[in-house]
Amino acid sequence: MKKANRIITLLIFVFLYAPMAVLIIASFNVGKDITQFEGFTFQQYAEVFRDRSLLTLLGNSLIISVLASGIATAFGTVAAVGIQGLNPRMRRTVMSLTNIPMTNPDIVTGISLSLLFVFVGSKLLGQRDSLTFWTLLIAHITFNLPYVILNVMPKLKQMDRSLVEAAMDLGCTPLQSFFKVTLPEIMPGVLSGAIMAFTMSLDDFVISYFVTGLDFITLPVEIYNYTKKQLQPKIYAMFTMLFLLILVLMVIMNLLQLRQDKAKNGHRRG
Amino acid sequence: MSKELIRLQDLVMEFNGERILDGINLYFNDHEFLTLLGPSGCGKTTTLRIIGGFLTPTSGRVLFDGKCINDVPPYERQINTVFQRYALFPHLDVYDNIAFGLKVAKLPKAEVHERVHQILEVVGLQGFEHRKIDSLSGGQQQRVAIARALVNRPKVLLLDEPLAALDLRLRKDMQNELKRIQQAMGITFIYVTHDQEEALSMSDTVVVMDKGRIQQIGKPEDIYNEPKNAFVADFIGESNILDGVMLADYKVKFFGRTFKCLDAGFEPNEPVDVVIRPEDIDFVAPEEGHLVGTVTAVTFKGLNYDIIVDFKGFKWLIQTTDFQPVGASVGIRLNPEDIHIMHKSEYSGMFGDYSSYSAEYDELTEDAGDEEE
Repeated sequence: MKKANRIITLLIFVFLYAPMAVLIIASFNVGKDITQFEGFTFQQYAEVFRDRSLLTLLGNSLIISVLASGIATAFGTVAAVGIQGLNPRMRRTVMSLTNIPMTNPDIVTGISLSLLFVFVGSKLLGQRDSLTFWTLLIAHITFNLPYVILNVMPKLKQMDRSLVEAAMDLGCTPLQSFFKVTLPEIMPGVLSGAIMAFTMSLDDFVISYFVTGLDFITLPVEIYNYTKKQLQPKIYAMFTMLFLLILVLMVIMNLLQLRQDKAKNGHRRG
Repeated sequence: MSKELIRLQDLVMEFNGERILDGINLYFNDHEFLTLLGPSGCGKTTTLRIIGGFLTPTSGRVLFDGKCINDVPPYERQINTVFQRYALFPHLDVYDNIAFGLKVAKLPKAEVHERVHQILEVVGLQGFEHRKIDSLSGGQQQRVAIARALVNRPKVLLLDEPLAALDLRLRKDMQNELKRIQQAMGITFIYVTHDQEEALSMSDTVVVMDKGRIQQIGKPEDIYNEPKNAFVADFIGESNILDGVMLADYKVKFFGRTFKCLDAGFEPNEPVDVVIRPEDIDFVAPEEGHLVGTVTAVTFKGLNYDIIVDFKGFKWLIQTTDFQPVGASVGIRLNPEDIHIMHKSEYSGMFGDYSSYSAEYDELTEDAGDEEE
């Protein structure tokens, strides 16, 4: 039984990581045909950094991810503090309302946002091209918010409520006590929310596809356009780098969690 | 007596239609060590939180130096609090925890430094400046919490069951420590506890509360020796409480006998509660006793024996160093100063009968933890 368990675990990992392995290997291939490994090279990586348009796309993706996750983190954290202050029944209602968009199919979210933007833009603001960088940014902030709230809420729940009272007792206004006491306490949740939002933003294709204009295109959207032609090997190289970036972020997130658990255990000992 | 600092006028507090405080009138003098004492749910913590500014009373006023401070937020009150579970900031070290209030007040760095070191000395934590909070023991955390509040030189320090989380020995040490600090700093302490011994040993004034009302205010000796009703008599120490009739001044009748006492001012033939403290009763030979009973249980307590004696079906607790075996027939004599008379109250008949006494009694009351909002 134990042996069977191990084999199944191994198989699962193979299924999970085999595609990534193929991609990474392909990114180092000299030849263009992925079925044949013709030799090891960093050539494709060099190509990525030589390709101006590809770098611009990557830049666009990073800009939108950083902005959207940053703004969503700020709003989401404040929202979470507000939700935590509600009475238990209201809190549950609001939390289920924030969770629904996460389970909503991306394509539904994308199309409905698109419809909204076009309606508001053309009907109310009289724009000709309603879909722009700004609609893309708003869409990303929108779908990032629930992830931030979801990460911050448990930290707020864990926090000893008398800490805020202690801060006010020692002369802090409510705003000061948020920055001096609440924020440092919930920081791990805020950071993991921000990282999660960033990765969601970085790899979003479906929603972005429907809400972005021609003036600002992100990497996943453009790559979809590439696939209509033959895929160039330098794309593999770029994907490998993106994969590594996400991997690093995930490791950081896990380390944060680990450090915090340790701190909590230390606290229990004291 | 020193001047009045805080006054509570007709405080009423209701949560979801439930009345937590039912007309509290109380004043606090400068430099006083005052304790709010009562069982959980009696409203003592609510009273403290209203003084601290964390709750707004449903009606009634809080006066500080004669001015109504109902609408003054906690951060503008010259009052600091030591919270029940300390509420130290885990992301700051000992120094930064203590310096927190001074830094918020934007005091010059040199002064912050000096005052933090001064207060560390007062609470005996020199050399702990850069320790992390979670590396401290409960007693040390307690001291940091006190230092963090006192360093701001408040006019009043509120303490919400600060010793509840400590073990017995540490609790005794901290009781002495707190009293010493209060006298050294010369500020008003308002202390909340459900531990009657703690209240008696530290306070200048004890306020006994139950069901959102003040049952009695007085010096510890007065509260113990002259309880106003059966609740106070039972909550503060142990008491045998009997039904009696006040025949005239200094004459009370119970158990079919008339006893001399020191109390006067009751209506003729007024039904009263008679309190007899277990430690005031001495055994005599049965034929010499005012009352004769049979020993039904004996528990060795170290300092004394707890002996339950059955007098005509009513069981008394007697604390004495004089051992009597179970089944022995004993007599007791009651001197006038051993008898304390109280008016009848809503608590009459609820306390003071040891018929269901068991040795675990003390532990049970000890365990009754205090969680109130």
